[in-house]
Amino acid sequence: MKIVVCIKEVPATTKVKINPETNTLMREGVESIINPYDVYALEEGVCVKERLGGGSVVALSMGPPQVERSLKEAISLGADEAILLSDRAFAGSDTLATSYTLAMALDKIGDVGLVICGKQAIDGDTAQVGPEMSEKLDIPFVACVRKILEITEEKAIVERMTDDGYDVIELPLPAVITVVKDINTPRIAGLKGKMRAKKARITVWTATDINADEERIGLTGSTTKVTKVFAPQPRGLGMMLEGSPEEIIDSLYDHLKSGHVI
Amino acid sequence: MGLLIDKEQCTMCEACLSSCPFGSLEVRDEAIYATESCTLCGACIDACPMDAISIEGGREVEEDSFADYKGILIFGEQRQGKVASVVYELLGEGRKLADQLGEELSVVLLGAGLEEEAKKLIHGSADKVYLYDDTNLEKFHDDVFTEVIANLVHEVKPSIMLCGATAIGRSFFPILAGKLKTGLTADCTELAIDKKEGYILQTRPAFGGNIMATIICPYTRPQMATIRAKVFKPAPLDIHHKGEVITKSFDSTKIKSRYVIQQVVETVEETANIADADIIVSGGRGVGGPEGFKLIEELALAIGGAVGASRAAVDAGWIKYPHQVGQTGKTVCPKLYIACGISGAIQHLAGMQSADVIVAINKDKDAPIFDVATYGIVGEVDEIIPLLIKKLKKG
Ligand SMILES: Cc1cc2nc3c(=O)[nH]c(=O)nc-3n(C[C@H](O)[C@H](O)[C@H](O)COP(=O)(O)OP(=O)(O)OC[C@H]3O[C@@H](n4cnc5c(N)ncnc54)[C@H](O)[C@@H]3O)c2cc1C
Ligand SMILES: Nc1ncnc2c1ncn2[C@@H]1O[C@H](COP(=O)(O)O)[C@@H](O)[C@H]1O
Repeated sequence: MKIVVCIKEVPATTKVKINPETNTLMREGVESIINPYDVYALEEGVCVKERLGGGSVVALSMGPPQVERSLKEAISLGADEAILLSDRAFAGSDTLATSYTLAMALDKIGDVGLVICGKQAIDGDTAQVGPEMSEKLDIPFVACVRKILEITEEKAIVERMTDDGYDVIELPLPAVITVVKDINTPRIAGLKGKMRAKKARITVWTATDINADEERIGLTGSTTKVTKVFAPQPRGLGMMLEGSPEEIIDSLYDHLKSGHVI
Repeated sequence: MGLLIDKEQCTMCEACLSSCPFGSLEVRDEAIYATESCTLCGACIDACPMDAISIEGGREVEEDSFADYKGILIFGEQRQGKVASVVYELLGEGRKLADQLGEELSVVLLGAGLEEEAKKLIHGSADKVYLYDDTNLEKFHDDVFTEVIANLVHEVKPSIMLCGATAIGRSFFPILAGKLKTGLTADCTELAIDKKEGYILQTRPAFGGNIMATIICPYTRPQMATIRAKVFKPAPLDIHHKGEVITKSFDSTKIKSRYVIQQVVETVEETANIADADIIVSGGRGVGGPEGFKLIEELALAIGGAVGASRAAVDAGWIKYPHQVGQTGKTVCPKLYIACGISGAIQHLAGMQSADVIVAINKDKDAPIFDVATYGIVGEVDEIIPLLIKKLKKG
């Protein structure tokens, strides 16, 4: 089976903050990482391939040229090949345009049995690209998979995390799933993997390569627009409660009671 | 199409350079240029004091085609036949927005045996409830819910659609948005109407809550958003509020799910549902082990809250993943969050820093959790928590 794992490169959030005075983003040498959820997606792709005893894992990403580095990392972690969708025309994509672009690439890859995405990307936290892509591909979708119980070329039985517990779902393939952290423990890249990554060549496709309709990609294809970015309301200054443990608890209790928190 | 920097206007103040989250602006030959990594996010436009930056290209608004779209439609999520509390929160906020627009507020409800629930939604200030009552709709199937609601949207043409940012909402609302080829804003925490243009302004946290962004959907209809639970006040119930329950039919032979739900398992721990809880008591590595979580649970019970955890505690196997709060766990927004033995790593803060009141108990006075705490307590969890439980029981 051909398994495609969608990977997004994101800035490590720890470094991105807003300067509350100027309302501008402060980035102190933002480093980029593979979106943490996508590492679980990749690991699951590799696990599925191993369970089926064959097939291939393709890492797919849309982004600027430097994303090649993250895709090489994906190869060191077990992907067989990697494709980067990179074109100025993709810039400014919202989730609808991104999912359209990824779906067009999946059409070009062809004969894909399973598409695995992370539950969400930690920059935008939208969790929309996976499900929107399934709609474009016209194949079924299951969110927040925490376990693949069984898998064959034709179908998978998966556990979907819900707000109250989980569902067991029989899913015909091809399909798109998103995965949560609980699903596996990602492996660390070994020496062999790193060597493979070093030698690997990343395929780069432009908008023309994937036959994309220019009305549906990038800024033109985007339906949403960011009109403003600003710093969140600063939290009111906190207070440290002091005294003996008993006094502290009495004071805490009084504060919570008088603030109608409890 | 691309980023335009007007060299005449630009004073080379370089305010834009630091505003770019992707580090895509650079100085070359005494001018500023965007590099290939620019995503046209627009952050630099706001940052420029000279209004020298703009984005060229984008869509044209086809306003005429919008005239038919009116009113707010809320997805009435139900689980096991009970409407979720977030729906009432959406009614509370939706009512205000609908009144400002002078338009209708309606709810679409899918499930079986929901007549009473439908009436209650009217009391919760809905003008109309579209009720699809069918046993085939009892359980949530992405395909089916998408198809049914897409048909309704074509029929009633709402201008705005709102849905709770729950597991269900965040699973199928994007599919629906894809089908309707319209924009969707995830996990909003603030809504307003732009009086001039009539757009809905959707504000949401990004980058783990470090940044807020306001998003509009100017070119297509409906304008769709999922909304985080617990940020809006639920609509008060008023038995005199008048509205109409409209029964719709569902043809299960035509609309089918491509997947089959074999089993629905509720892990009926009352203390597990942190997404819906008003109060969360969370434990981290500092609670010391699985026994430590007994104490956390005891406090949660005494205070009427749910149990949360840091990733360190989950990874150690002291408690299960559904309890994890943070970047790779759940984002929560309770009235009260009590962090016990949690250091306050940025990835943990990303999931809880929008709580109204945060209490932190940590033996290290320099722990970063104290930077966000409303009330900080330097102490041992084993000592402080039992005292708090005692106090809560005694009153
Ligand atoms: C990609 C990525 C994603 C992540 N996602 C998440 C996430 O979703 N959620 C999350 O929580 N973390 C996440 N993390 C991990 C995060 O960086 C921290 O490692 C984690 O939050 C630490 O958990 P902790 O505070 O319980 O443990 P520690 O950092 O070990 O802190 C324990 C605290 O307890 C205090 N303490 C110890 N003993 C006592 C005592 N007897 N009484 C009182 N206080 C005591 C200590 O002073 C210390 O401050 C993520 C990390 C990465 C890299
Ligand atoms: N530009 C992209 N390239 C590849 N995959 C992406 C991209 N954006 C999002 N994804 C995938 O979609 C998931 C959800 O992303 P998001 O909807 O942005 O939260 C991610 O975990 C990725 O698997």
